[in-house]
Amino acid sequence: MATQSDTANTHTPKASRRDFLYVATGAVGAVGVAGAVWPLINQMNPDASVLALAQVDFDVSSIAEGSSVTIIWRGLPVFVRHRTAAEIEEARAVPLSELKDPESDDQRVKEGHEQWLIMIANCTHLGCVPVGESGNYDGWFCPCHGSHYDTAGRIRQGPAPTNLVVPEYEFLSDTMVRIG
Amino acid sequence: MSSHESNYSPTGPVERWVDERLPLVRFAKEHLMDFPTPKNLNYWWTFGAILAIMLVVQIVTGIVLAMHYTPHIDLAFDSVEHIRRDVNGGRIIQATHAVGASMFFVALYIHIFRGLYFGSYKAPREILWMLGVIIFILVMAIAFMGYVLPWGQMSFWGATVITNIFSAVPVAGEPLLQLLRGGFAVDNPTLNRFFSLHYLLPFVVAAVVVLHIWALHVPGNNNPIGVDVKSSRDTVPFHPYYTMKDLFAIVVFFIPFAWFVFFAPDILGHPDNYIQANAQITPAHIVPEWYLLPFYTILRAIDFNVLFIDSRLGGVIAMAGSLVILFFLPWLDRSRVRSGTFRPMFKIFYWLFVVNFLVLTYLGAQPAEGIYVLLAKISTAYYFAYFLIILPLLSRIETPRPLPASISESVLGKAH
Ligand code: HEM
Ligand code: FES
Repeated sequence: MATQSDTANTHTPKASRRDFLYVATGAVGAVGVAGAVWPLINQMNPDASVLALAQVDFDVSSIAEGSSVTIIWRGLPVFVRHRTAAEIEEARAVPLSELKDPESDDQRVKEGHEQWLIMIANCTHLGCVPVGESGNYDGWFCPCHGSHYDTAGRIRQGPAPTNLVVPEYEFLSDTMVRIG
Repeated sequence: MSSHESNYSPTGPVERWVDERLPLVRFAKEHLMDFPTPKNLNYWWTFGAILAIMLVVQIVTGIVLAMHYTPHIDLAFDSVEHIRRDVNGGRIIQATHAVGASMFFVALYIHIFRGLYFGSYKAPREILWMLGVIIFILVMAIAFMGYVLPWGQMSFWGATVITNIFSAVPVAGEPLLQLLRGGFAVDNPTLNRFFSLHYLLPFVVAAVVVLHIWALHVPGNNNPIGVDVKSSRDTVPFHPYYTMKDLFAIVVFFIPFAWFVFFAPDILGHPDNYIQANAQITPAHIVPEWYLLPFYTILRAIDFNVLFIDSRLGGVIAMAGSLVILFFLPWLDRSRVRSGTFRPMFKIFYWLFVVNFLVLTYLGAQPAEGIYVLLAKISTAYYFAYFLIILPLLSRIETPRPLPASISESVLGKAH
């Protein structure tokens, strides 16, 4: 309490050292708290057992032309559709300028495997699973809020902002795919 | 008003000894019994007490349910059925909790619309109002997470759609979504954390309710004519006048509550939630619980891009905005007159707002197609216009009717 004159004169080295200590203590405290809080938040991120399911292999040979199956990858549903020639034709005929999220049909399939359309089955709006072979564009229709996708899974109408997501995958052989 | 004296006088040495150390009894008497309360409060003012009781009902039934419930994706659905079929009295306890959530929202909405009509959000009650908005948002979060716990189809897809809302956040969206879900999809980690938070947050609400009542007891109650208390002739002690009135209202409120619990426990729910969650099939028509529908409609109403904001983010901003705007209400409505009774123009727009809110609720349960899409946009526009255009404008152009000089004058005037 004898520092009345010190604090009045902020140029004395004493006062500035005290200020420095004050700020430094606060800063160290804040870093310490942040460091302690981070693990408490980070524990909510996907854990090792969730991440371990990052790949699945799937044999597509049993899927007849014109039908599709839904498999599970990382907890997410994935459409594997065996497209008909007419569907591929239809997707290719669309000019890119008509698309909300422009992507050509080639960019959404693997070369030499154009009949296989593999996409995460969650609508890019808010995640419902769209219904196949329906909607105004012969592809998928999401009943939740009315998004229409075409035969390449591209968004054509409705609130969804982007095309159905194509996950990373490769063909190990003609009939085996590895997703992830 | 806030500094009124308590007329508690401890009787006997024990009471005096306690009072000098922890004046809890004095505090309770001052705030729960002697508190001077305007003598003209009508039945719309009983919903605060109803809400307090409902919070206790939810907490008590919830703790009991948690003794039998299992938060695991393989067991949760069956454990709720087990509660309903095997646990002694479990059918009633589970129904009380599930129906109780709906009744909680009935009371909440009435309580909020009461405040909107009588201008209870105006000075000096702004903080009281804002604490109320915080409670409202918390209870919506609690009810949403509670609905996920039975792990039916609606639980799962509701959780998927609502958590997906966060993925609309620019840049950080996807990591944030994974952080919330604890995985790439809604799954066991999601169910576990929702249970943990569903258990925790009601106690946070209870704490905010204490602040809410504290903020109420500083200026005291608003009242149907919105004129400040001027003298002790305008008030009566809270007990027995309002304790009895509130108790009566609670009993009346419990009649429909009991009817639902005993005769139609599932009528407010959705049949799809009696199908166990399935990550591969979305029900043809997913809808949230009725009490979230108005905000769901606002979310869906934005199906167009605005500049660089895509439709999804736009919907999220609109929905969040529809709640955040409530915090600013005390500064948007500048009219000096509190009660809608004396505001001829306000009244019209207020009732239009009420009807509009019911329309928003109705639309939330309809498929997003045809005329419903257009109606959703119109009613969303009115929701925002009410706060952002109509109320600020009315405070400038409206001529209110003359106010009674005091509460007691208005009460006596009516009687003669
Ligand atoms: C603000 C208060 C609360 C609200 C609004 C609320 C709401 C809900 C809702 C809507 C459900 C789903 C019921 C169904 O559809 O079957 C639920 C379930 C559940 N709640 Fe709560 N709750 C509250 C407080 C609590 C508390 C304090 C606990 C204590 C642990 C709790 C424990 C549970 C449990 C174990 C379930 C799953 C069993 C069931 O589905 O009935 N709740 N809650
Ligand atoms: S989730 Fe598909 S349209 Fe909203």
